[in-house]
Amino acid sequence: MTVEEYIGYIVMPIICVAIFFIMIRFVKGPQVVDRVVALDLLITVGVAVIALFSIIVNNPMFLDQAMILALIAFLSTVAFSYYIFKRKKDE
Amino acid sequence: MNDLLIMILSTLGAIFILIASFGIVKMPDFYSRLSITIKAATLGIGCILIAAVLYFSDFSVTTKALAIIFFLFITSPVAGFLISKVAYVTGTKLWDKSIMDELKDDLEEDVSNKPKKH
Repeated sequence: MTVEEYIGYIVMPIICVAIFFIMIRFVKGPQVVDRVVALDLLITVGVAVIALFSIIVNNPMFLDQAMILALIAFLSTVAFSYYIFKRKKDE
Repeated sequence: MNDLLIMILSTLGAIFILIASFGIVKMPDFYSRLSITIKAATLGIGCILIAAVLYFSDFSVTTKALAIIFFLFITSPVAGFLISKVAYVTGTKLWDKSIMDELKDDLEEDVSNKPKKH
């Protein structure tokens, strides 16, 4: 069994199960902040999926996208927390 | 040998991510959910990116992966701090069995100190 097959058949399904559980919290989350945290974790897991995919197709070019996605995860969390705080202040 | 190391590291990272996803579903309140996601996901991503570094064994890939790991390690605590503070201010309840609420005392102190400064 090569590394590519192992990652495609064993590691990726584990991560798919993890994404399913995170989606449960993303849909169910009682407050907005729960959904923001679930979205942050979802994007962070997306970085892992991109890294594993770049191993499967043997192309390191995809790691650039992983870096951009990590940036966007941080920016989205900061922006969401800013706007939630601002909405609370305006009330 | 190198293949075995890549397999072990990627499996370890995937299992850390799975534990984080269990935590985000099963933990009782917002603050414990936040703590488990920030810690476990960062560790999982680190393991998987190190596996990618070992697979490609190329200088540009190594620098890119280390930059991603460094960036995640720097930013995820900052994002966690911001979102937890906003959640506290907007009135997210703590778990019933929590025994400590230090931020409450701090905020009350701020409110009581404000008139003296003016």
